[in-house]
Amino acid sequence: MAQAETPSASEIDRELTMSRAMVEAIAHEMREDEEVFVMGEDVADYGGIFDSTQGLLEEFGHDRIMDVPISETAFMGAGVGAAMQGMRPVCELMFADFFGVCMDQLYNNMAKTTYMSGGSVSVPMTLMTAVGGTYNDAAQHSQTLYGTFAHLPGMKVVVPSNAYDAKGLMHTAIRDNDPVVYMFHKRLMGLAWMPAPEGPKTGVPEERYEIPFGEADVKREGEDATIVTLGLHVHRALEAAEGLAEDGIDAEVIDLRTLVPLDTETVLESVRKTGRLIVVDEDYHSYGVSGELIARATEGALEDLEAVDRVTAPDTPIPYSRPLENEFQPSTDDIAAAVRSITQ
Amino acid sequence: MVGHNTLQQMYKEMVTARYYEERLQEEYLEGKQPAFDISAGPIPGELHLAAGHEASGAGVCAHLRDSDTVTAPHRPHHVAISKGVDLERMTAEIFGRETGLSKGKGGHMHLYDPEVNFACSGIIAQGCPPAVGAALTAKKRNTDDVAVAFLGEGAISQGAFLESLNLAAVQELPVVFVIEDNDWAISMPKERVTDVEDGSRRAWGFDMHGERVDADDAVTVYEAAEDAIGRARDGNGPSVLEVQVHRRMGHFMGDPESYRPDEDVERAQRRDCITRMETRLREHGFEEADLEGIREGAHERVDEAIEWAKDQPEPEPEATYEDVFTNSPDDWPERPSREVTATDGGEE
Repeated sequence: MAQAETPSASEIDRELTMSRAMVEAIAHEMREDEEVFVMGEDVADYGGIFDSTQGLLEEFGHDRIMDVPISETAFMGAGVGAAMQGMRPVCELMFADFFGVCMDQLYNNMAKTTYMSGGSVSVPMTLMTAVGGTYNDAAQHSQTLYGTFAHLPGMKVVVPSNAYDAKGLMHTAIRDNDPVVYMFHKRLMGLAWMPAPEGPKTGVPEERYEIPFGEADVKREGEDATIVTLGLHVHRALEAAEGLAEDGIDAEVIDLRTLVPLDTETVLESVRKTGRLIVVDEDYHSYGVSGELIARATEGALEDLEAVDRVTAPDTPIPYSRPLENEFQPSTDDIAAAVRSITQ
Repeated sequence: MVGHNTLQQMYKEMVTARYYEERLQEEYLEGKQPAFDISAGPIPGELHLAAGHEASGAGVCAHLRDSDTVTAPHRPHHVAISKGVDLERMTAEIFGRETGLSKGKGGHMHLYDPEVNFACSGIIAQGCPPAVGAALTAKKRNTDDVAVAFLGEGAISQGAFLESLNLAAVQELPVVFVIEDNDWAISMPKERVTDVEDGSRRAWGFDMHGERVDADDAVTVYEAAEDAIGRARDGNGPSVLEVQVHRRMGHFMGDPESYRPDEDVERAQRRDCITRMETRLREHGFEEADLEGIREGAHERVDEAIEWAKDQPEPEPEATYEDVFTNSPDDWPERPSREVTATDGGEE
């Protein structure tokens, strides 16, 4: 695997968007293993609505880059069935919001088969899906649903925030023998029609490399407060931290990278150092990622905790109109304000 | 047999809908050129325009009254216009304004006008079960109301559609499923998503009436819908009507359509249901001046609706938390009390 020799993003001149990095990993795995194939809506001729399969059709043809009817229950379930036979399907759910039309196949079949079979049957399937808002696509096309998928046992849940991680995590996902839900944020993909913020486009090695699941990445070291987040909000947290630094507040920023497995230890180490924890999440407020992280911090580092807070979306469906979605979305300013309030 | 007034009304709705989409396209592209940024401009987010689908909405809704229910998919404007949805408030909704149908919360895929029993869902085929529910209500309440679910040909392979057919059939409910076949499910041509060329044949497997209207022609749609809706209203059960329409624009604004052959785009432009409707009107004795008058009236109405909508205020941010039963942020702990005091006196 040559894990140790893989250079880091900053050592590589060749920069890729997150979508190109994902496609490169899928193509690499498809070349090495004929049992890897892609199935989804508009993944072939269109190249994926969010460019997640752009160019794969030209190399691999329709037999391995399969456009399917709008029948998520059927094709997600077929992905599960093929995986149970030992193939390694990468199935795309165009928007995570569409999970409702195939959830039985995902939750009752994909996630539970290994357990229900006493470990005698594996489901090495990668479910790749677009998440997130910030572009006024309203309540049925903007959710992240991180907490929903992470809550249900039996699935690994991966959320890359940049191209380097996106490629390494995709390699790991496809080779993993368990079902992996790979959630990519639309705003980070580098789409021509949805400008990405600074940050997700990074140096990416040409060779194959894996990023192990369950290893959070400390994106910025700091002494005064710990900001734990994922996906798009890694970049917002980093921006907030830069602003706070000008006021002498030194925030540490942790990118979780995977929710299942969760790297609790890296979070606890940081909290033991800073004493203050802020969880930032684009998902709904209650019963989700932010609550879970705060619970783990209180379980594991209570004596070191001086203050906690969370900056999340509220518990409402996602509104369409611009001023409403701006209110809904946790902003850089919201993050900075929360850090200030618990470090004063 | 379609009457003079009905012809005129259908034409009026069709040219209203066509001009509406053209004007929305202009407004949508404002702020999105030269670089297309989906979140920029007066109308952000996705926009699925229905130019080329007008015959279906007009021909079907001509048989409906306000108390009949219609559910529409992500491409709803032409159906909404023919169903009599409030044009001003619908437009304000699309512009995300406070006086919009949903106070700016829904957007163009989520239009609701209870005054005329109109609703949409942005998820493929998911309007079918609620239409069945509206039909069930009519049956239970002993009214002669009917329900119509509009969906695209890409949606006929969804479980929600097929399960709805079965439930409607076995319960003998007054519902009509109208498949608008525009040949494309985003990038997927019909022959690659189903081996059944005529989608209305899906009905046969449920021992249900199914019929396809091949001509993209409002009058033919009107006649077929008269039969299907009459059947439902008279207590003779559900049916499926497939209507050939044409997608004159991309799946959504910004769709590069690189997957679509030029000939197909040209064919959609050539087979224009509005041109066909004008021929029909002339055959019925309408003069050019009559048609021009109807068009001008329609354009004026659309322009007024758009101007009105753009003048409306944006919603206040606090409105985000209204209209939902939820754990309100007002119930979140106040900041000072959020501090966790260490049990062993960890503070120095």
